[in-house]
Amino acid sequence: MVSNRKVSALERKKEVLENLKRFGAEIYKQMMLGRFPQIQMPSRSIENIYYNPELRQYVLGNKTVRRSARNIRHIRPFTQLVWAAYFAYELTSQRKTSTLRDVYYSSQAYEVPFKDQPESNSIITDLETVIGFSREDFNIFPEERSAVFGDLTIEYTVPGYEGKRLNLTSHPDGVMIGPALTSAEFVKTSADKVIAIEKGGLFTRFIEERVHEKFNAILVLTAGQAPRATRHFIHRLNKELELPVYIFTDGDPWGMHIAMVIISGSANAAHLRELTTPDAKWSGVWATDIVDYKLPTDPLTEIDIKRLYELQRDPRYKDKLWQREIKTFLKIRRKAEQEAFSRYGLTYIVDEYLPAKLEET
Amino acid sequence: MAQTFEEISPADFFYRNRDIAGFTNPTRAIFTAIRELVENSLDAAEQIGVPPDIYVRLTLEGKTTHGTEIYKLRIEDNGSGIPPRYIPAAFGQVLFGSKYKLKQMRGTFGLGGTMAILYGQITTHRPAYVVSSTGGARIFMYRLMIDIQRNRPIILEKRTMLNKTGWRGTIVEFSLEGDYFRAMPKILEYFKQTAVMNPYANLTFVDPRGRLYIFRRVTTRMPPPPKETKPHPYGIDVELLQRLIQITDCKNMLDFLKKHFHRIGDNIARKFLEFAEIDFLKDPKKLTHDEIVHLARAMKSFPDFLPPDASCLSPLGEELLRAGILKELKPEFIAVCQRKPSTYAGHPFIVEVAVAYGGEIPRKNDFILYRFANRIPLLYDEASDVSFKVIHSINWRRYRVTPDMPIAILVHICSTKIPYKTVGKEFIADRPEVKKEILNGIREVARQLQRYLSKREYAERQRRRLNIFAKYLPKIAEFSTKLAGMEQPPDINGLLRSVEKLGLES
Repeated sequence: MVSNRKVSALERKKEVLENLKRFGAEIYKQMMLGRFPQIQMPSRSIENIYYNPELRQYVLGNKTVRRSARNIRHIRPFTQLVWAAYFAYELTSQRKTSTLRDVYYSSQAYEVPFKDQPESNSIITDLETVIGFSREDFNIFPEERSAVFGDLTIEYTVPGYEGKRLNLTSHPDGVMIGPALTSAEFVKTSADKVIAIEKGGLFTRFIEERVHEKFNAILVLTAGQAPRATRHFIHRLNKELELPVYIFTDGDPWGMHIAMVIISGSANAAHLRELTTPDAKWSGVWATDIVDYKLPTDPLTEIDIKRLYELQRDPRYKDKLWQREIKTFLKIRRKAEQEAFSRYGLTYIVDEYLPAKLEET
Repeated sequence: MAQTFEEISPADFFYRNRDIAGFTNPTRAIFTAIRELVENSLDAAEQIGVPPDIYVRLTLEGKTTHGTEIYKLRIEDNGSGIPPRYIPAAFGQVLFGSKYKLKQMRGTFGLGGTMAILYGQITTHRPAYVVSSTGGARIFMYRLMIDIQRNRPIILEKRTMLNKTGWRGTIVEFSLEGDYFRAMPKILEYFKQTAVMNPYANLTFVDPRGRLYIFRRVTTRMPPPPKETKPHPYGIDVELLQRLIQITDCKNMLDFLKKHFHRIGDNIARKFLEFAEIDFLKDPKKLTHDEIVHLARAMKSFPDFLPPDASCLSPLGEELLRAGILKELKPEFIAVCQRKPSTYAGHPFIVEVAVAYGGEIPRKNDFILYRFANRIPLLYDEASDVSFKVIHSINWRRYRVTPDMPIAILVHICSTKIPYKTVGKEFIADRPEVKKEILNGIREVARQLQRYLSKREYAERQRRRLNIFAKYLPKIAEFSTKLAGMEQPPDINGLLRSVEKLGLES
């Protein structure tokens, strides 16, 4: 299967740059008119975050906040925001990448220092809100890295690698989903599904057991809660290549939520789009699997139970399957890790469980 | 058992009781000696309306057998000078003085100078040397000692010189035992505070180490001299009444009251005598002892005497007080307040208060308190003083003031009779009337300080605001210009000016 949107990554960058430039021009214009510059942006306060059932993700409401350079309490974050936009513009146009930690230190070179990392992170989130793109789009990446393995050929767009192609089965440990891969174009794939896996151990097992061949799948390691770059990558696999996505996590409330964030996103990213994959399926480990497969278990802790009650009220969990699994967890008061299948032998999970679950979901 | 009674002279009395005059020990004695003579000199200059020029020199002469030192003290002034016939008595006879009239004077006992000389004589057995001229054709020099038992001066030498330069003033020089190095902090503090209270005086002090301390005048304006006054009936006692009766030439009570008392006219005299049930025409000299006691009591309880007027007082005045504080303490801000005259027990008094903030005033853990009585600095027993108590009873937070701020508070009380608590005359008793005036005065200056501090804070806040805008606006201009791909950054001076002008939304 060949991507029909070969230039999407480049076009996206262009749009990001335009938005950043427009933001700067708007402020410049206000100042040229002798006014204190101000900006209006959607409020990210809790009261303005809503769940949108059609988009199947959290979105921001109509409330906006005004940031004005005329206000003594705003002028510092305002300046930081303008600087961050300038910094992002430079990064993106020179096709360099950075991290949140890097941003924090870089600000000091321009004498607009942040007082701590959270302040700097919050300004970057503001910039995402203003520009309408996530920070990976303006080349600020998280530290944590996840990986992908499978028959997918990509073509790099990063400097020095333009036009170079890579098949993602080339390295047995998988290929890191970093800035280069995130901005790469998809060229072709023989896979017909994506399997996302929470834990590194199982990811490696799947590669060893040639799950990618046996099931025609691209394997994605989320390494716990999936970083936004990975969520966006899964989104692209689903949208651009039209591949269904199956998610395997531990059988506990935290594993459930890892799957849910890939599917419906988080409230923290309500200002962003294209990070979610609403049609992705959580394939296990379910509470009912624990019962059906008689898996070795641990008791749920108090925190686990509290979390389950929270999820029960969460609009993202309103579907029957989720509610049923939450109830079952609360009933059996046990949880199981993905590795629990090893009691039936190392290949049982691949030979028996996986086909059954892919069938079921 | 037979008791022996002997009559002693005033000089003998003070010789035996020198503690009460402030000559307790060698440290205190040297401080007191300097202080008494400086104050005599200040009075002598002010009497004739001349800005004082006072020179004080203390030189080490030797050691005593018991570990203290002998110093020579010399004081020169440009005051009135003393008529030659009074010189021996003025310095050689205790309780001789010009200060037994009712007006505000510095000298505390009317024997300050003589006591110092008496003390010097007791401790060193050397004569005193006095030179004086009232500015006439001649200058008079005496070397004298005091006959302690008879309270009489002994003149050892007397010389007369021609006054070719028209010099006027007095020079006193004598030796005394003391401990300058222990007394030094208080002595220097005394000069400094005296300079605060007398901004029209030049004070020079050469200490035994040869160090020169000069306190220069910043003005030649002097406060109006006090007028003499008669005693007010509320402040009278039996003793004073008897003395007045002895000296009066009035033949009846009506005239006696009108002549010898403050603010008693015909009308009030009549009303009072009716109140006291004393015959208008009675001869005062024929009053019995019981009648005198009755009269004294009636004077205290009669409600209709007019309050004493304050013309006999000589406060420094707000302008001079401000000048004195500015010159010696160099603060950033001063507030001064002179209260209206008031009275306690028939004695008029005026309270002057000042607060000084910042500048060279040091930060201590508590307010620095400067106390003055009739323009004399009070340097001992601060914590017992009424002003100390008043200051510590005030809720300073109301004035946005804390004791760790660099703040000095000055309280000056002038009165014909300062309500000292003890014979040591170093601190003032908490008379309710006096306390109230001090409290109100301090409140007034504290309010002014509060206004100043909040104004300053406002200005400081404005400055900080402006700094913030001046720091960030250029950055916004710079980065937005680069982002927009422009060359010419926007001019932000207009925006900065509007920050200065408006004090923007916060």
